[in-house]
Amino acid sequence: MNTLYDSVLAALGLMAAFDPQLVSIALRSLAVSGLACLLACVMGLPLGGLLAVLRFSGRGAVLACLNTLLALPSVVVGLLVYLLLSRSGPLGFLGWLFSFQAMVLAQTVLVLPVVVALTRQVIEQADRSHGEQLASMGAGPRWRAAILLWDERHALVTLVIAAFGRAISEVGAVMVVGGNIEGFTRVMTTAIALETSKGDLPLALALGLVLLLLVLSLNLCLGLLVRWRARRDGRAASQEPLWIQAGPG
Amino acid sequence: MSAAILFELQAVDLHLGAVHALKACDLRIQSGERVALVGSNGGGKSSLLRCLHGLIEPSRGRVLRASVPQAMVFQRPWMLRASALSNVALGLWLRGMAWGQARLRAREALERVGLGELAERSGLALSGGQQQRLALARAWALQAQVLLLDEPTASLDPAGKREVEQLMGEFAAGGMTLIFATHNLGQVKRLADRVLYVEQGRLLDDAPTDRFFDPQRPGPAAAFLRGDLM
Repeated sequence: MNTLYDSVLAALGLMAAFDPQLVSIALRSLAVSGLACLLACVMGLPLGGLLAVLRFSGRGAVLACLNTLLALPSVVVGLLVYLLLSRSGPLGFLGWLFSFQAMVLAQTVLVLPVVVALTRQVIEQADRSHGEQLASMGAGPRWRAAILLWDERHALVTLVIAAFGRAISEVGAVMVVGGNIEGFTRVMTTAIALETSKGDLPLALALGLVLLLLVLSLNLCLGLLVRWRARRDGRAASQEPLWIQAGPG
Repeated sequence: MSAAILFELQAVDLHLGAVHALKACDLRIQSGERVALVGSNGGGKSSLLRCLHGLIEPSRGRVLRASVPQAMVFQRPWMLRASALSNVALGLWLRGMAWGQARLRAREALERVGLGELAERSGLALSGGQQQRLALARAWALQAQVLLLDEPTASLDPAGKREVEQLMGEFAAGGMTLIFATHNLGQVKRLADRVLYVEQGRLLDDAPTDRFFDPQRPGPAAAFLRGDLM
């Protein structure tokens, strides 16, 4: 109990003093996960939108694969990206293994199915309700997807934040492809794992608290957004925020 | 000189999944007509409207449509999370009009339906009746010659119903062809000059409005008007 108490105090001290190591790791985590999330959204939102409105043979199989990818363990993603980026792999010429780029790539691969699948779900529901009216107004499938993506932007913000939560809280993929190199590829989750194994609990705990605070701030922003949306639309919010799980995945 | 034929259905069958929504429907609708579709829930009125509008293609038979601008108004019009003005302009923009020009036309259309002052208000914040008028503004802005309406006043209060009916009447008086599905027989009498009775996917009756409501007239429509279960 004393260890926990002392560790919490030490962790708060590190946070209050803006410990350079702590700040550097936290900023790197934000950069990696933020960039991965951005890339996943740039690809995943249009893809999910199109999957929602297009009907083609084999669509069921595509959706089944997509839903399977949702449960992909992060360490398996790490392994696959490792094999792609290793010297003998197809992307070995990039020389990205154990780099910032490798971690971004791994997290992008991890988060992309989440973005595509959830976008597909949101847009398909909207298309079921409004697609016919949009078609009646002259919108083909692509415009329908684009307009519904715009119209459902508040729901999609929830999704983006959930995707960010998935990225920032995972440890397996970045550990495998980043190598947890101090000052280069060490992020919050890998640092927590390492410091815990070394017995440096205050730093591990401080990082854990920062991670929790980040996720909490995101959820608060989300809550405010949902309320603002409800007020602006003049009706009750139709959707509760998706609470993000903060913990190594 | 006879009026131009806008729609012609030739032996149209429509299957929606396991449901046989339309069965061997033959129909002609001419320019300037005010056609009401009546019948029980699930009888095929909405499917017929969607077939006419081209939202669904028949499983068998042919639907011939004149190439004139047409618009459809639904029971609950969809509103983009944007101003009333943008909601009207979107339809024009989707048909290829430049956004600036579309907004100008949309403003005119909103003035036409009495929503000029609410142009900048969110479409979602409008009342049901106002949203339905906005949907009519979309049709007016497109200069539609045919307006199809699927129970346009079903979810409105009496004041909203009156406003929408008044606009429908004015549009029809201006030469627009109206084809509307409704359960409101008073509305049929006020607005339609021809009534189609659709039941279990079949067109069971097609008569001028005054004849349709003739109590002496035999046939399935008479039973429907008496409220008998079919």
